[in-house]
Amino acid sequence: MKAFSRLLESLYYEPSTLGKTRLLLDYLRTTPDPDRGYAVAIIAGDLSLPNFRRAMVLELIRARVDSTLLALSHDYVGELSETVAHLWPAPQAEQSDLPRLHEVVEALRHTPKAQLPDYVAGLLDRMTSPERWALLKIGAGALRIGVSARLLKQVLAKFGDQPVERIESLWHGIDPPYLPLFDWLEGRGPEPVVTERLTFTPVMLAHPLEARDHALIMPDTYAAEWKYDGIRVQVVHSGIGRALFTRTGDDISGSFPDVLAHLNFHAVLDGELLVQRGEKTGTFNDLQQRLGRKAPSAKYMADYPAAIVAYDVLFLEGEDVRACSYDQRRALLQAALERHRPEGIRLSPQLPYGDFAELEALRASVDNASVIEGLMLKRRDSAYVAGRPTGPWYKWKINPKLVDAVLMYAQRGSGKRSSFYSDFTFGLWAGNQLLPVGKAYFGFTDAELKDLDKWVRHNTLNSFGPVREVKKELVFEVAFDAVNPSKRHKSGYALRFPRINRIRWDKHAQEADRLDALEALVAVR
Amino acid sequence: MTHPRDWIEVRPEGVWCRPGDFFIDPMQPVESAVVTHGHADHARAGHRHVFATPETLAIMRSRYGDNHFSDAEHPLTYGQSVDINGVRLSLHPAGHILGSAQARLEYDGATIVFSGDYKRRADPTCVPFEPVPCDVFVTEATFALPVFRHPPLEDEIARLLASLRQFPDRCHLVGAYALGKCQRVICALRAAGYLETVYLHGAMQRLCELYQSLGVDLGALEPVTAENARTLAGRIVLCPPSALKDRWSRRLPEVLTAAASGWMRIRARAKQKGVELPLVISDHADWDELIQTLTDVGAPEVWVTHGRDDALVHQATQMGLKARALHLIGYEDDAE
Repeated sequence: MKAFSRLLESLYYEPSTLGKTRLLLDYLRTTPDPDRGYAVAIIAGDLSLPNFRRAMVLELIRARVDSTLLALSHDYVGELSETVAHLWPAPQAEQSDLPRLHEVVEALRHTPKAQLPDYVAGLLDRMTSPERWALLKIGAGALRIGVSARLLKQVLAKFGDQPVERIESLWHGIDPPYLPLFDWLEGRGPEPVVTERLTFTPVMLAHPLEARDHALIMPDTYAAEWKYDGIRVQVVHSGIGRALFTRTGDDISGSFPDVLAHLNFHAVLDGELLVQRGEKTGTFNDLQQRLGRKAPSAKYMADYPAAIVAYDVLFLEGEDVRACSYDQRRALLQAALERHRPEGIRLSPQLPYGDFAELEALRASVDNASVIEGLMLKRRDSAYVAGRPTGPWYKWKINPKLVDAVLMYAQRGSGKRSSFYSDFTFGLWAGNQLLPVGKAYFGFTDAELKDLDKWVRHNTLNSFGPVREVKKELVFEVAFDAVNPSKRHKSGYALRFPRINRIRWDKHAQEADRLDALEALVAVR
Repeated sequence: MTHPRDWIEVRPEGVWCRPGDFFIDPMQPVESAVVTHGHADHARAGHRHVFATPETLAIMRSRYGDNHFSDAEHPLTYGQSVDINGVRLSLHPAGHILGSAQARLEYDGATIVFSGDYKRRADPTCVPFEPVPCDVFVTEATFALPVFRHPPLEDEIARLLASLRQFPDRCHLVGAYALGKCQRVICALRAAGYLETVYLHGAMQRLCELYQSLGVDLGALEPVTAENARTLAGRIVLCPPSALKDRWSRRLPEVLTAAASGWMRIRARAKQKGVELPLVISDHADWDELIQTLTDVGAPEVWVTHGRDDALVHQATQMGLKARALHLIGYEDDAE
């Protein structure tokens, strides 16, 4: 338990992914089973402790601390686990030994509900404040220490010198404390077999189409489809249930019960998650409304109905079809969709073209109103391969949109950039005032960053903590993929994927674009 | 006896003693000022008469020049008293930083003690806090929430030294208040057996020299210069908190950012400041020390100046004391 507490503490303060990776690897190498497996489960958010509730923690602390002081403290600290960790009236005695992590986890799992508060209180009494924080975070579930499930899998892959795709495909088929997984990663046992489970199959990814690849693209070799601006998902339905995964293997079934219900045959499909109202496809903004909801209400699902545009099939009726060619898989997918006619799942249409010039015309025809962000080009004879192989799949995004905006605020970055003003908020003219429309922190070189940092320091009007308001004199050419109406922004617009395309040292702020420039580019609902 | 509420007023310049016609830690230049200690939010330049300990006056001269006052300095050693228009003023140790004092005022049979900033922990750089009996005790409340419990200084110093051993190729840059905290941290490093040269940001040099001239031994100190900056991997460098993320720190090799402050107890606050190694080291009383002090001083009435006054007023009331907040602004100590 002490080692785990130290790990959480270091991970929390470590700013870089590289550093976090090193801390996790050290921990995995020096911690015995089954402690390390439980630690992984806790950090991945895969440990379920139904009786360790917030209400129980609140009750414990209320019995020990004056209610006014508790309320003032909670209000000041902001987070309950940390508030309780600091407030807990522990006898400041000598450091006492604590049980091992697996003993704590097993006790938290198996202690009857009525006795759990006493067990937790007994532990808290023997702990230091950081140890109490660790214990309470185990119960709270959401650690917020800047380690994603994805990073954890990458660390495990590195630890066992295995490709991350194999960890991902195993992940949903194994349980804490993952003893067979560690046996395999340390070369003591075979790769764990997971079949009768709802698992994620690693997805195939595309390379951007470069000018030198244009000659490869011919109608007989490459099929063309739209590239959608939604969320890439994998929807799974087998004899034992259904699940919806993101492209990195996060299970988002809970947020989209309506989508899961649509798939009425056994298959693993690859597709795009979109909001679909009849014939009309919603914007990415609409989709974001749904994404945040862990358990959406019926009204929410009716207002933002989710649907899938399917473009590939990996398994069909229990059979692995990934080795089949793209054309064969597509025929299978089309036939299955025609036979079962699932509501809310439609086939991604193929785009016939005669030559490359026609494809270019198609790409140029995409208007800003659509939820299409470009073209996908898929080699007809290619198998479905996990990862990002070069050649079979290309993505060809439409040209970004550009506006000239004026720098308004600059904020210091983090990690290596912490002494540089590297996060820029920029705005467009509305009358004779500027309204902020977005924020970007990349698109410039290191040398340009130095110049920008210097400019910010010499042109500061006001400082607010890490943020500086600057003279409204520097113009950025900002590139972005789309613009959506937004109630959250004062300007009324939100840019998708904004980045600094060019720094216009030469341009006067008065010549920057007006807010109306976005109106013309806005994605229509 | 005249109750202090009838002769003490809160004015825009600060707390004013009417019969004595002087202010305590005024924010603006005034005729007569009693200055409890040398931190910039308490000690300002430009008063006509300044009453303070000899050490505080030395700090003010070092910071603001020999002409920080326009008429006279009135040095008062601890316990020495002076009569100002019928008000008896004396200064008593507060344990906050070198020269820091509580101000005791006695008038028409009533006494009031202004604590200034204080702490109860041992600090080799200053004289420890002394409880002074009074009718009204005026206390600070910087860390007046029960979540603030400062760990032992030795534990925090041990964490810094452990990190130095674990990451010998990283320059350990410690943000610390230039007056008091800096010197206390250096003393604690020496006490823990760290005898290497400690490197200083320019803003700390003069104050360290002043401490040494007043008899506080700080061991080997060197300024960070353009020449030596790149060679400071594995060394301890002290700088004011504001310089942690300044361009100044760019030339140091592989910086590991630490900060010595009572605020470091709150994780989000440390993280927000980009601190990787938060050291909970404070020159203010923590919650337990504040409560202990109310008991030790034994005054039936408590006034709370600045900080988290609502919690301390609540606690004092629970303890059966009469308590109220003065709502003084301008003394919040963010960099502490």
